[in-house]
Formats: sequence, C-alpha cells, structure tokens
Amino acid sequence: MDLVTVWFALVVLCWVLFFVLEGFDFGVGALAPLLGRDDHERSAAVRTIGPFWDGNEVWLVAAVGVTFAAFPDWYAALMSGLFLPFVLVLLLLAGRGVALEFRGKHAGAAWRRRCDAWLAATSLGVVALFGALLTVLARGLALGADGEVTSAGGLGAGFARTLAPLASWEALAGAVVAVSAALLLGATFIGLRTTGPLRVRARRTAVVVAGVGAGALTVVALVTALVGSGPAVLETGAAAVLAVVALLVARRREAAAFAGTAVVVAAGVIAALTAQIADGVVLASTLDPAWSLTLASASATDSALRLISWAGVLVLPGVVAYQAFSYWVLRQRVASERVAT
Amino acid sequence: MALDVLDITRLQFAVVTIYHYLFVPLSITLAAVTAGLHTAWHRTGRERYRRLTLLVGKLLLVTFAVGVVTGLVQEFQFGLGWSDFARAYGDVFGPTLAIEGMLAFFLEATFLGLWYFGWDRLPRRLHLATIWVVAVGTLISAFVILAANAFMQNPVAYTWDAERGRARLDSFLGLMTNPVNLAAFPHTIAGAAMLGGALLLAVGAWRRWVHVPTASGLGEPGEPEDGDDHEQRLAFGTLARVGAWLTLSGGALTALTGDVLGKVMTQVQPMKMAAAEALYTTTAGAPFSIFAIGRPGGGEPFFSLDVPYLLSVLAVGDPTAIVQGIDDLQAQYAAQFGPGDYAPVVWMAYWSFRAMIGIGMAAAAIAAAYLWATRRGRQLPVGNRWVRRALRLLPVLPLLPAAAGTFGWVFTETARQPWLAFGLTRTEDGISPGLTAGEALAALAAFTVVYGVIAVVWTRLVLHITRQDLDTGALSGGERDDADGHGGDGHGGDEPAADGEGAPGGRRQGDLAPSY
Repeated sequence: MDLVTVWFALVVLCWVLFFVLEGFDFGVGALAPLLGRDDHERSAAVRTIGPFWDGNEVWLVAAVGVTFAAFPDWYAALMSGLFLPFVLVLLLLAGRGVALEFRGKHAGAAWRRRCDAWLAATSLGVVALFGALLTVLARGLALGADGEVTSAGGLGAGFARTLAPLASWEALAGAVVAVSAALLLGATFIGLRTTGPLRVRARRTAVVVAGVGAGALTVVALVTALVGSGPAVLETGAAAVLAVVALLVARRREAAAFAGTAVVVAAGVIAALTAQIADGVVLASTLDPAWSLTLASASATDSALRLISWAGVLVLPGVVAYQAFSYWVLRQRVASERVAT
Repeated sequence: MALDVLDITRLQFAVVTIYHYLFVPLSITLAAVTAGLHTAWHRTGRERYRRLTLLVGKLLLVTFAVGVVTGLVQEFQFGLGWSDFARAYGDVFGPTLAIEGMLAFFLEATFLGLWYFGWDRLPRRLHLATIWVVAVGTLISAFVILAANAFMQNPVAYTWDAERGRARLDSFLGLMTNPVNLAAFPHTIAGAAMLGGALLLAVGAWRRWVHVPTASGLGEPGEPEDGDDHEQRLAFGTLARVGAWLTLSGGALTALTGDVLGKVMTQVQPMKMAAAEALYTTTAGAPFSIFAIGRPGGGEPFFSLDVPYLLSVLAVGDPTAIVQGIDDLQAQYAAQFGPGDYAPVVWMAYWSFRAMIGIGMAAAAIAAAYLWATRRGRQLPVGNRWVRRALRLLPVLPLLPAAAGTFGWVFTETARQPWLAFGLTRTEDGISPGLTAGEALAALAAFTVVYGVIAVVWTRLVLHITRQDLDTGALSGGERDDADGHGGDGHGGDEPAADGEGAPGGRRQGDLAPSY
C-alpha cells in the first residue's frame, strides 16, 4: 500500500472520528431542551458534553487539515464547489459553540434558556447539513476540467452553483438519517453519562429512535432488493444493529448501545466517503468522468505526504491517549436528580 | 456592480480574519495569566490568587470559545474563497494547518476542558499542569500559523514545480524558521500581551477604584464595606497591576521586536517599508516622517514633521544608509516581473503603520502612568475630578491595543499587495475560479451579522462576569452538583461553587463548573 492510499484511509478515519464524537455532541445539544424538564436537568444534560465537545470538534480541524495536506485538490474542489453550504455549516457551528460555552457563565436562567434554544437549533441544523453534504460527496459534484464547479450568469445562477447539489431527494434523506443518527448517539450518550430522571427519559428516547430507524431501514432494504438495484447489504446490516441497540438500551446496557450506534454511524460515513474509491475516485465529476478527482490526481507531493506522516506518527497517538485520559478522568456520571435544599 | 468578486472576497477574508484575531491574542494572554495566577495560588496558598484564577479562567473560557469557532472558519477559508491558492500552495499550507491542529488545537481544547472540570478530579500538580499545557498550546499554534503567513510575506523552503504550477515544500524546518516568522512571532506575542494586559488592567482598575464591592453590593468608593469587600478590592488592585505590567512590558517588547521585524521586512519586501514611509525617491540618510499633510500620494507634502536620518537607522541600522523609494522599486519590479503596478495603496500603508505605533504606545503609556500612580500601594486620588473622569474611560482602554494590532495586520497584509505570496502569485490568481460575486456577498453579509451578534453577546457576558463578586469559596463538599439547582434565584446560583482546595494541603470536594 502506498502513502497516498494510507492517507486516504487516514482522512476517512479523521472524518469518522469527527462524525461519531461530534455526533453525540450534536445529539445531546438537540435533546437537552427536550429531555431536560427544568433548568437543573437541562444543565445536567449539557454538562455531559461540557468538557469534551471542544476536543471533539478539533477532529473536524484535523479532518479538514489532513484532507488539505494530503489531497489539496480534493479540499479545494469541495470547499469552493460547496461554498454556501460550508459557510452555513461554519455559521451554525459558531452559534452552537458559543451557545454551549456561554450558557453557564451567566447567572440568569433566562440566559440559559435562550442558549439552550440556540444550542438545539444550531445542532440540528448542522447535523442535517452534514448529512446532506455526505450524500453529495458520495455522488460527486459538477466539476469542470479545472476541478472547479462553475456557473455562467448572474446573481441567481451564482447561488444555484453551490446550493443546487443540496436540492435532491438523496440530500434530504441524508439529512433525515443524519439527524436520527445524532439523536440516537445523543440519547445513548446521555443515558451513559447521567443518573436520575434524565437517564430514564434518554433511554426511552433511544429505544424509540432505534426502533423506528431499524424499521425504516428494513423497508428501504426490502424496496431496494425488490426494485432490483442489488442487495442492500449496508441497510440490512444497519437495521439489524439498530434493532440490537434498541434491545440493549431497554436492558439498560447503555455503553453497548452507544458503541453499536457509533458503529452504524461510522459505517455510513465510510460508505459515503469511499463510494467511488473502487475506481480510485475521491470526488466524482458528474459532468465527465475524465474530470473526476482521483487518488493520484488530487494528492499532494511525496515530500508533503512524508512530512504529515511523521507528524501523524509522532503526534496522533498522544492525542488519542490524552483524549481518552480526559474521558476517563471525567467519567463520573452527572446527577440529574434534584437534591432537597 | 461596482465591487467585483475579488474585492468582495478579499473584504470577506479580511472581516473574518481581523475579527478572529481580536480574540486570539486575548486567549493567548488570558491562558498565560490564568496559569500564572494558578501557580501563584499553588505556591503561596493565598486565597486572593485562587479567586483571581477563577475570574481570569472564566474570561479565558468565553474568549477561547469565540476564538475556536472563528478559527475553524479560517481553516475552510483557503478553499472557500481561494481554491487556486489552495491548489498551488497545498504542499505548504496543508501540512502547516494539519500540524497546527494535531499539535496545538487538540492540546488546547482537551486540556482546557480537563482544567475547567478537573478541580476535584485530578491531583493538584497535574491539575496545575493542565492549564500550562493550554498556555503552551496557544503559543505553538501562534508560531505555526505565523510561519504560514511568513511564507506569504517571504516564500522560503520550496521549489516551484512549473509543470504542475505549484510549490513543493522542501523543508518544514526551513518553513518554520523563516526569518520573517522568527521576527513576527515575538512581535505578535508581545502585542497579545498588550491586549490581554489592557483588558485585565481595565477590569481590575474599574473594580478597584470605580465600581467597588461594598456591603450593599456594588457601589462607589467610600461606601461602607465589610472585611471581604476590602479583600476583594485589594485582589482587583493586584489584577490591575498585573495587567498594567503586561501592557507596559508588551509595549516595550513590541517596539524592540518591531524594529527587528522592520529591518527584516526592508530586506525581503522593500516596497512595503517604502510604502509605510510614503518614500517615493530613493534616499541616503532618509528621515522618518512622524506625520505629513498632503502626502502620501506623491509630490511634495504640504506639511511634514520629520526626524532626520531616523528612517535609515530604522530600516538598515545606519544613519547614512540608502533606503529605496517606491518609484525605483516599481521600475525594478516591472523589469523583473513584467509590466504592472507593484505599489500597494500608499496612504493606507502610511497611516495604518502610524496608527499601529501611535495607538499601541498610547496604551503602554497609560499602563505606565497607572503603575506609577499606584506604586508601593499608593491610593489613586479618586476624589480628584480629573482622575474620576479618566477612570470612567477605562472600558475603552482594551480597544487601544486591539486597534493597534488590527492596524498592524492591515498594514502587513495590504502593503504586500499586489502579491498573495510575494513575488510568486498575485492576489487575483489565487481566488476560487468558480466563485460568483453573489455568493461572496452573501457570505460577507452572513459572517458580518453573525459575528456582530457574537461580539455583542461576548461583551455582555464579559461585563456580567467582571461585575460579579469574586467567589467567596464558602461552598464545601457535597454541594457540587446541586449548586445550579437554585440557578434562577438571582443570587449566586451560577457562582463558581469551586474551591478546589480552599486551604493549601487540604482537599475539598468542589467543582469550578457546576453551571453545566
């Protein structure tokens, strides 16, 4: 296996880690106002991710950074070709991060309520957008010979250039699936990290989301098989895992349920990012296959790849170790019961 | 449309980058000060340092959050608006950004979480170490990202691959030790110390002399106070002096390092320094212009206040040295790179350079005056009308180093034009070829609105945090998790229930962050 292939795998790994780790942060953010009945419970819900969300979000920095470093043309085509969606993602992430970090630094309950509303809205928005974007990645963009998405014409055409890829049924489905997955990750995580009424409600939510998800995926798998576009291996597998997850949560095995959900999310992200890798294509051109970005055409030079390889080998194991350490140090469950005062 | 896509995209990049760089220097300084105060408390066990650690730590957290969310934008920006630049310099900028993230951001983000939530979960020394890791992380990140900027000022350690039209990185070490970076890094950090110091000076002096804790809450100096109020005033006085020392020493260091940076820049980008002085004609023993009316724009100034020989000294280190003028450099570059306009906007370079120095030095002078007036525990004469008026202006003080830093960056970046990477790629050749003016305008508007809202909320929150009483540390074991149960009742529900250890040696249960 050459260095380019290794780095493609590492890029995918960074994106997987981001989607799994931030996935539960998004889910918790969206669920906090729903599961927390009062200020105290909402605070407890948000507190489950308080120490971790920022470190998790750095996996996005890492993912974008190594995509840029290892495949500059892939990075350039993606960002420029999905200009407005990514601007929206960044603005939503900004709103979410600020809401999370600001909510606890003010004495007013009204302040926290507003922050929670922002947190939920931005978390849901960013997950939906990411889900839609993943389906776009899987299908490809209207790349020209220069690796850019271009449009002729005035203001309206300019907007359509980067928003059009999101206006499809696949993108909508991707958004729905991503939101459900994040909610399930969030619910199992809250169940794993709290005690008291919050834990009970999180478990109930998880059972419902996992059950509905398993059912929906089974239907999709059946339809795919009947229409004849081949066996839906991924859908069938995911449906089976989700059914198990629902059972595990019902039996209070939150850790195993969380792990199961994480596996499903990881599989989905890997499937999207490697959709056309069999042909060596990292980002397909929907205009002309000859213009698709491939492992060879999009990659950085050998010297750059060797440099980030050294950096990765020296630094990343340490990162994983101290992040694991922080989860271990702060492993104690957050109490959501009210204490008589 | 009058503005074309290039102008709008440049403006959009400028808006998000300048904004981001208001919060970064604050975070750099607040992290170091938090670590310093935490260490002081660890060593001496004095309650005052613990309370100040918590206050500055809170300011650090809310500031760091804004730096994080706006810094994320920076990483996407190279592809969003400047994809041809990203393709041509992927070898240089990709690894730099990736390594900055792996080496610095993970450290900062993870260990800041550990510090804030780890008060009763980590051994004391290890807990102290976590905040130092954060402080060091901010410096690593500044160094690496400034190396990327230094490449744009003075491309080094690359080979140009003419066939593919892109730069190939030869040596990461060479990239990091770019002479421009080695001069710009200390200059930038010193500027950061000034901004963070000015914020702490403003907060500390305000609460020490203007809006002081009294028995009935916050009030004017002279109202009755109890024992703890007095202790709080003294603590804020300490904070003010720490901030003043940072601003003053940062000011001295920016002047020294600025001199070094100016000499390096005269070598690598003589046009930038000629524009900074609006020096059109190559001159031996060139004077330094304090300010001029009628210049810049060419021709003789209407009025000009000059210091003879000083420019030659500043640029080269020799009073009789020749300093190249804009006209000569323009002719030289036209011969070297082909026909074109190689001069930046001279009035902008000239005035931003002067604003940077003037405003920055004003902040340092105010800090010096404060230190002098409060030397050896002296009281400020708050009865004096003029002193009271001056104190009322304290909230404006942090804006001075912020403005100086902004003018410095505006100067650095605009006076490099028309180049994106000096001598290699022009700005118009780096923009995303597919980008339309409508998209760029939408992004500019959206970032401006959202960032504006965040700035307002951040300011409100900082004012709120600095108006609170320093926590009394009275909460003890067992009260940790229910501390926010009475969050809505208006008094202290959200106060840090933190105590970590109230007395040295003794460990108490408690948590800095019950508010989550």
